[in-house]
Amino acid sequence: MLELSDIDAGYGGFQALFGISMSVQPGEVVAVIGSNGAGKTTLLRVISGLLPASSGAMSMEGVSLRQTPPHRIIETGIAHVPEGRRLFPRLSVESNLKIGAFIPAARKKFEERLAFVYELFPRLKERRAQLAGTLSGGEQQMCAIARALMSGPKLVLLDEPSMGLAPVIVAQVFDLVRRIRREGYTVLIVEQNVRQVLKIADRAYLLEVGRIKASEPAAELVASDEIRKAYMGI
Amino acid sequence: MDCQLDIFFLEAVLNGLLLAGLLALLALGLNLIFGVIDVVWICYAELVMIGMYGIYYAHKGGVPLLLAALFGILLVALAGAVLHQVVIRPVLDSAPINQLLVTGGVLFFLQAAATMAFGVDFRNLGIRFGSITLADMSFSYSRIITFGVALAAMLVLWLFLSRTYVGIAIRAIAQDRQIMPLMGVDQRRIYLITSAIGGGLAGLAAALMVLQYDIYPQIGLQFGPLIFMICVLGGLGSLIGGFVAAFIISEFIAIGGSCFATEWGYAIAFLFFMVVIFIRPQGLFGGRS
Repeated sequence: MLELSDIDAGYGGFQALFGISMSVQPGEVVAVIGSNGAGKTTLLRVISGLLPASSGAMSMEGVSLRQTPPHRIIETGIAHVPEGRRLFPRLSVESNLKIGAFIPAARKKFEERLAFVYELFPRLKERRAQLAGTLSGGEQQMCAIARALMSGPKLVLLDEPSMGLAPVIVAQVFDLVRRIRREGYTVLIVEQNVRQVLKIADRAYLLEVGRIKASEPAAELVASDEIRKAYMGI
Repeated sequence: MDCQLDIFFLEAVLNGLLLAGLLALLALGLNLIFGVIDVVWICYAELVMIGMYGIYYAHKGGVPLLLAALFGILLVALAGAVLHQVVIRPVLDSAPINQLLVTGGVLFFLQAAATMAFGVDFRNLGIRFGSITLADMSFSYSRIITFGVALAAMLVLWLFLSRTYVGIAIRAIAQDRQIMPLMGVDQRRIYLITSAIGGGLAGLAAALMVLQYDIYPQIGLQFGPLIFMICVLGGLGSLIGGFVAAFIISEFIAIGGSCFATEWGYAIAFLFFMVVIFIRPQGLFGGRS
């Protein structure tokens, strides 16, 4: 579904990603783990076009992403839930969802998908008229995920969905991820909360200073002593 | 000078209200541009002037007034889009002072060009709608029409911004620019649409102003500072703030003008403005300074 081969990227003179090759198959939940500054967020930004890659190739279902303008990447079926959720704080929940359905193909299905995300997240329906900035952290994460689903994506990129949330809420957020997976979405998730994310992922890539160090089934990474010591504090 | 709470005072208050409609419409366009694109069109009132000349010459050339007004709106909407593409886009990432200077340059260019093209004469359409007398108060129909049309236009714009995809994208972009591509929104297109809407509002204001005011190349100097002051008082970029500030300022002008002299009305309004800005630099409704 998603294929990256030999992707380099960086900010100005600083190179953040070195020769990244990876793939995501339909129906999978793939995690990218790694410490702070390893390039996890950069990787997602490159895939969704927020940051241009400097070399390499990238495609979504055969469509070259490097030749697609950033605002049209969503039309290939990739929706990105950015780090820190990035809701529009002074728009209502429903307006946030509506802008998630901005692309022409999604506008036609707005009502249908709105009903779907409200069913998935009943809390959002209760708060539909409220300004998104007044939601609690967990609700904001729900709204950010729902906004991404409004475009009708095949692949959802999740950037640190548990960041800045209380432990109880973190568990709920991972539950949300399980739910959207059950709905048939493919997920590429970046997380610092390695222990939790390996429980829900099929496979994981380990990213270290901009390079992929390992790519294994999640269960094997969980069992690896190195990972347990370095990232799970066991 | 006499300032009793009599019927003339009420007349001044109501006239202030009527003026506020026009000023609010003018402030709305400037605020919309600033809120979305983060650039101040110092030459906003000069766009209005272009629209007034366009309507004047179209009408003198035989075009019915309503069609001439429509022509003026489209003309200034186009001017707004061109201003954005040609002048603003190249400096979007420059320092704010450069953006101010470049639109300031456009201001003087338009004034000079209008002076050369149309001369320094004061022109007007010579249309008189007459006035209505209520009790001992008199209100001109052109002011009443202006107020009604301005309010209606603001209502339409509000519906557009709160109901349509493009309208919501315009509000969203003012809140978080960087992630707009993730929503499938082409920022350049939204900027262009917003510029055309901002221009269209200036064109509508022009269509209303030709009913009341003489047209001359420096008319922008009469309204420009006033519009700018209203926007800053309300909080630059705040649409609601601009609306409220327009009413405050025009009441100062109207009541001050009625009690003392017109010039005093402006002086008091600007004095009030300065006091507010000392206390609340971000403006009455401004979130950012």
